[in-house]
Amino acid sequence: MPKLLTGAEIVFKCLEDQKVEHIFGYPGGAVLPIYDELKNHPSIKHILVRHEQGAGHAAEGYARSSGKPGVVLVTSGPGATNVVTALTDAYMDSVPLVCISGQVPTHLIGTDAFQECDTTGITRPCTKHNWLVKDINDLSKVMHEAFRVATTGRPGPVLIDIPKDIQFAKAKYKKPNKENKLNGKSHNKFSQDQIVELVKLLSKAKKPIIYSGGGVINSGPKASHALREFVQLTGFPITSTLQGLGAYPGDDNQFLGMLGMHGTYEANNAMHDCDLLINIGARFDDRITGKIDEFSPNSKKVHIDIDPSSINKIIKVDLAIVGDVTSVISKINKTIAKRKNGHSKSNKSNIAKWWEQIEKWREKDSLNFINSDESIKPQHAVQRLYELTKSKDTYVTTEVGQHQMWAAQHYKFNKPNRWMTSGGLGTMGYGLPAAVGVQIAHPEKLVIDIAGEASVLMTMQEMSTAVQYNLPIKIFILNNQYMGMVRQWQELLHEKNYSESYSEALPDFMKMAEAYGCKGIKADNPDDLDDKIQEMIDYDGPVIFDCHVDPNENCFPMIPSGKPHNQMILGPNDQEENKIKGKGKALV
Amino acid sequence: MPQSKSAYSIPTKKQKPDTYIFVVWVDNEAGVLARVVGLFSGRGYNIESLAVAEVDAVKNISRITIVTTGTPQVIDQIRLQLTKLVPVHKVAEFKREDKGVIFKEMALFKVVGKRNKIEKCLNACKKFNPVILDETKTSAVIQITALRREIDKMNKKLKPLGLISTSRTGAVAMTRGAKIFN
Repeated sequence: MPKLLTGAEIVFKCLEDQKVEHIFGYPGGAVLPIYDELKNHPSIKHILVRHEQGAGHAAEGYARSSGKPGVVLVTSGPGATNVVTALTDAYMDSVPLVCISGQVPTHLIGTDAFQECDTTGITRPCTKHNWLVKDINDLSKVMHEAFRVATTGRPGPVLIDIPKDIQFAKAKYKKPNKENKLNGKSHNKFSQDQIVELVKLLSKAKKPIIYSGGGVINSGPKASHALREFVQLTGFPITSTLQGLGAYPGDDNQFLGMLGMHGTYEANNAMHDCDLLINIGARFDDRITGKIDEFSPNSKKVHIDIDPSSINKIIKVDLAIVGDVTSVISKINKTIAKRKNGHSKSNKSNIAKWWEQIEKWREKDSLNFINSDESIKPQHAVQRLYELTKSKDTYVTTEVGQHQMWAAQHYKFNKPNRWMTSGGLGTMGYGLPAAVGVQIAHPEKLVIDIAGEASVLMTMQEMSTAVQYNLPIKIFILNNQYMGMVRQWQELLHEKNYSESYSEALPDFMKMAEAYGCKGIKADNPDDLDDKIQEMIDYDGPVIFDCHVDPNENCFPMIPSGKPHNQMILGPNDQEENKIKGKGKALV
Repeated sequence: MPQSKSAYSIPTKKQKPDTYIFVVWVDNEAGVLARVVGLFSGRGYNIESLAVAEVDAVKNISRITIVTTGTPQVIDQIRLQLTKLVPVHKVAEFKREDKGVIFKEMALFKVVGKRNKIEKCLNACKKFNPVILDETKTSAVIQITALRREIDKMNKKLKPLGLISTSRTGAVAMTRGAKIFN
């Protein structure tokens, strides 16, 4: 007869069988039996955060940078509600998370017990699936299924709510069953005919563009390899969403930069004027499409996505290929290679004119800005940071706002999984805990959180986590004393009524660093910037870098909502001619 | 406040909404109805009626029938989003006008009044298989099965004849002939 294990033991057995090495969590009454069991499992390291939201974002950073699911352990009630923001963030950006929450004992559920909340009810709309385990005999099955749901198909967060009495109860442990399928739902649903149809479209296109997204990253490093091969084979220009950065090398000539609201002039114009648009693992988000009625009006549209519900959700497409990006692109590459003599030569000459047009758009140099000797321009700061760290294999996280867009525009990523940012939900306070998670996954690598001073204050307490585990994360704060993106919109669209977007009484970040027991560096002069950044990189330990930048700088280019892609506002040099007027103004 | 300064783009041209019936086979487990209904409310889809019960006790399968309205694009989304839910096995949808599908609702009418009024009620219901479930000297509970519009009509018509309470189910659906939903 096999040994009976307690619920807490089963939890760890499952984590071991799922090859989990790190969990991010915070103890509390309803998870104490699980915490009690932690000491018996040396292969699993627990990272103690300072707030459960931090645990969630750290697990996201861990997952995004390593490709493995992030595991979170929190208590009932406030522990569970605090992690909701991170679960929603992971749901929007398709990050695999497994969150284990404690719950009051089953006989107290529904009695408004101490630290009770309806965790599965609250997290139902922000997880792929969740479970309340009421029978100890279900626990191992549910745990294994949770990992499968989180990591297969379009990845996402799941939650397992385990009442305290179940953690004590005993049952047999069951190993993961590999044949179990999600109600028979397979992910590759495309046919060779569709691939052939796409290859035909490729060979006919005169003005093609590839628009790749986070799906390429989620599909694994092989997808990025296949994508690079595909772009090389076709000679097509490629642009990327915020989440997709790094899947294709940012410094390659065929790469047009990011597209969308703060994308480059060439990428957005190419999207608007193209005759063939190939969406690979992106979802036509509203920050990408601008005005839907005028989105890429003359193109044939192809959409490659693992999630069938992404297809035709926002933009009607002509050819939909449902499948894992790696499998689809590899198939396409093979098919192209087979037809070698027909396609690969003729098509590149077909699109020569298109490239000429793109080069003309490029000459606008839409990411330009007027640099200064007196104050540090935020774009300049990101550019210098890039130049000084590009020789290292650097991992970058961000918060949300202007600094995030400047990071996306000016930091060039050459590898997937190096860029962690909150795109869908836009969670201020994501970057610092995410950096903690990234550093846990990659202890030897340089990890930088490009932050804004307003965002970083939302999860600042996680510096304490970084110090506790001696994680040498670098918090690079572009400090402009404003909620910069809010201020920018108020300047451009609300008659400069800067309602509540200025932060009075900001803390002294140098003293804050000292208080947390890490290093503080402050820069306010462009002449010292390089030396100070170098000092940050060379320091072996966590750093808070307070970079005082010009508070009035705006993030350009910008497509005001309600405008199509070809009506962008460019930087200060072009601004006089392109004021936002009338209707567009109402719609940004 | 001058005009709306929304951070989002303007809605696109609206297509015409139609009425559709969704049939969803789900694992009969705690919270499954909340998942389905939550998906509808969370994404702003409409539910006109809902009927749900276990149909296979061995496999533990429940069948949910939902009447909804939406443009073809929205209907597509509803099907695809439903299919993504983990406990959902199968989703079928059809237009209300579909001749290949029967759909029915049931209603219970409580009528209070003299015998002749109750008789009149029964008469009015004749087309819809009226069954008397309970009868006293001054009251009757009448069951009918019919289409939604027909029940709406009867509901109005019986009011002056002493109808004091109506209870009705959501629609349930079944294909005609030997074939089943797939």
